[in-house]
Amino acid sequence: MKRTLATLLLATLAVLCAAGSAAAAGSLLIKNGTILTVTRGTIARGDILVINGIIARIGKNIAAPPGVPVIDAAGRYVLPGLIDSHTHIALAGTNEGSEAITPEADVGAVINADDTALFTALTGGVTMAHTMHGSANPIGGPNVVLKMKWGRPSEELVVSEAWRTLKFALGENVKQSSRTIVAGGPPPRYPQTRMGTNAILRREFLRAQNYMAEWDRYEKLKGSKNPPKTLLPPRRDLRLEVLADLLKGKMVARCHDYQATEALEFMGLAKEFGFKIAALEHAWEAYKIADELAAAKIGISVFADSWAYKMEAAEGIAYDAGYCSKKGVLVSINSDSNERIRRLFNDAAKTMKYGGLSEDEALRLVTINPALQLGVDKIVGSLEVGKQADIAIFNEHPMSAYTRCDMTIIDGDVYFDRAGIIAAREEAAKKGGRP
Amino acid sequence: MNRRARMLLPVILLAAAAAATGFAAPQKTIVIANARIVPVVGPDLASGTIVIKDGKIADIGAGISVPPGADIVDGKGLTAFPGMIDGYSFLGLQEITGVNATVDNRETGRINPQVWAIEALRYDSMHIPIARSNGITAAIVAPTGGLISGRSVLIKLDGWTNREMVVKNPAALQIEFPDIRGGRGGGSGFGQRGGGAAAQDATRLIAELKDLFASARAYEKRKLYAQKNLSVALPDFDETSEFLLPVLKGEVAIMILVHADRDIQAAIKFVKDEGLKAVFYGAEQGWKVAADLKDSGIPVIISQLYAAPPVWDDGYDQLFMNAVRLARAGVKIAFSSGSATAAKDLPYHAAKAAAFGLDRREALKAVTISPAEIFGVAGEMGSLEKGKAANIVLADGDLLEQRTNVKAVFIDGKPCDMSNKYTELLDKFKKR
Repeated sequence: MKRTLATLLLATLAVLCAAGSAAAAGSLLIKNGTILTVTRGTIARGDILVINGIIARIGKNIAAPPGVPVIDAAGRYVLPGLIDSHTHIALAGTNEGSEAITPEADVGAVINADDTALFTALTGGVTMAHTMHGSANPIGGPNVVLKMKWGRPSEELVVSEAWRTLKFALGENVKQSSRTIVAGGPPPRYPQTRMGTNAILRREFLRAQNYMAEWDRYEKLKGSKNPPKTLLPPRRDLRLEVLADLLKGKMVARCHDYQATEALEFMGLAKEFGFKIAALEHAWEAYKIADELAAAKIGISVFADSWAYKMEAAEGIAYDAGYCSKKGVLVSINSDSNERIRRLFNDAAKTMKYGGLSEDEALRLVTINPALQLGVDKIVGSLEVGKQADIAIFNEHPMSAYTRCDMTIIDGDVYFDRAGIIAAREEAAKKGGRP
Repeated sequence: MNRRARMLLPVILLAAAAAATGFAAPQKTIVIANARIVPVVGPDLASGTIVIKDGKIADIGAGISVPPGADIVDGKGLTAFPGMIDGYSFLGLQEITGVNATVDNRETGRINPQVWAIEALRYDSMHIPIARSNGITAAIVAPTGGLISGRSVLIKLDGWTNREMVVKNPAALQIEFPDIRGGRGGGSGFGQRGGGAAAQDATRLIAELKDLFASARAYEKRKLYAQKNLSVALPDFDETSEFLLPVLKGEVAIMILVHADRDIQAAIKFVKDEGLKAVFYGAEQGWKVAADLKDSGIPVIISQLYAAPPVWDDGYDQLFMNAVRLARAGVKIAFSSGSATAAKDLPYHAAKAAAFGLDRREALKAVTISPAEIFGVAGEMGSLEKGKAANIVLADGDLLEQRTNVKAVFIDGKPCDMSNKYTELLDKFKKR
């Protein structure tokens, strides 16, 4: 089926490109939609011209250059492709859980472009996702940001402009709360408490500082007038290299946490060792420490209301996202799921009830805010001239419960087209094949 | 909060306080005035009045005079809807799903007709007030697991004890068939339930059920014969047979969790052969056998739509389209949350099907009057009609929209406490 779909998508693309010239790839004109730019307000009956994957013009009455296909969006809503700040999709592995500290285990090495979740994401208007190491370890590993280019090879999915992010985790998963310790079985892994979790993190940061100091001393000696002939470089440590990059500001931390205490203590470590936390993940008790988060300019990437699935999520109230937003915290709504990813917009809409956000504010939680958290706000996350043409078209306002994604475009190419799928389905039914 | 709501709420809070103090104090007449009314059955009223007396809707319509001495709730700018009914939930049986100590919805073993959801129902579950304050006033609470999971109950979401909450007990005997096989990219909702049973197929399970039913019938025959003949020994007490007999006699309906098209057809035949009263739950491939379902007259509780399509080849939108296609084929459908922690989301499952083509009014019916009809309580609830229980929701917009704020909920005419775990924690930390 995947192959059928890929063929179908290619066929759709071919139709769209059939209008003529080579310039058509990554180029199109969307006409007469209600454009929700996110950062520049709403344009009624507006047009967006995309040339070679970049938004060239936004305005009214734009004429299609020769060979550029036109998409009629009359009566529909045109918005930036949604961005999921926390997922584990399109990976051949998620957790290197055998050890507590595995910063060398990079999920970027195991991207699985065949994961159907990429297509599922497209059907919900999602064009980009932060796909992460799991939460089994206090220090998991580097994550990767992908575009949902279903049907393309994995290397074409990677968003190289994004910040390099490193996954941390705290709490129940890390201390293996759900594991039963069997008599005679393997000994429990350190840490088994939140005390131990914080201690092991501090140990690793101290170790990384020591490693960096050793290299500094070596470089200093090497660069001196008369370096000793016996001078040898320190042993390279791939684990500590990653942590050193974090401490040098070449990477940012993304930390899975639930409880307020562990979040505050991790923020303390960040201050102590001078690294940047781009966002706390899940952060179900962020509303308890919204002032501290806002003051430290630390964002949160949270569920709208999926809660009470474990003890540390028992106070995860649906007001978390909305309340923290109002308090000035940079909030994104994430899916953390191969399925929920297709209804991020529904989850964002819940912050209007729980937290009193406006339609525009709610939409930010799944567009520009996750872009800011991933360091890609200059290239995506809103509809602006010069940005990459990652665009979704919905039949109703995306914050309505009655809405549906009709088309998803990445870099000016159509990757999901509901009308095309339905047409193909009807065609197949006519031929007596599978619907 | 707008000014209107601020004016409205004190009245409701006063009434709630009054209701809380007297154990069985006679209820004061309450009048909801100037509200838009969506009775679900019959046409909408742009502005009307609802008179609540003795827990029932005493009168409803436009131009109704207000009885003297009644508490008046100004519904201006608000819409009155019937309270929603969740067709399948775990409310009161699950608190923290990952903490076994707080989970009571799945008994061990495969054949458990003797267990009753009501007997474990935690009436003060933190999830109940959250669902209630989103407009849900009644729910099926079901046990799950095994082949025969136990007896579900229909509750109203108000009461100081488990038994006070009962609307209909048992609602049904729950039976579960295995998941659809051959799924790909399927996710959250599926796979969990099947477990080891996924390798079995419905045909074999139906044979097993038939065998159990035959045993129960034989057991009863022997028992009746022995009762008439003192010289004949009573059969050894057989728990399974004892608890299956009410189903065989048609006194208790069965709800069958069934997924795949062929299994649905087999289940229809089973229900017919055995002469049972049945409701299907799930029926994800029901659209493939919609005509059979329609002919059978068996209604379908649509399982929660927060799930990946169980069979990739059926299409990404298959779960949504299933609801649309079944409704179009004339099958009676109702939506469900399949959850305790997300029971408040019931309306959004209906809206999702509407986004893919289900008529919006049909979507609203499928969370109100249709589940009431399916569970045989349409005479008491499910719509705003004279004589029915005053299960009323006052909201500032479309009931199925995420953005809509529910301003007041009445169950059996009693204004409900709108606070819940969400608001309690929010209020606590707002004081920081």
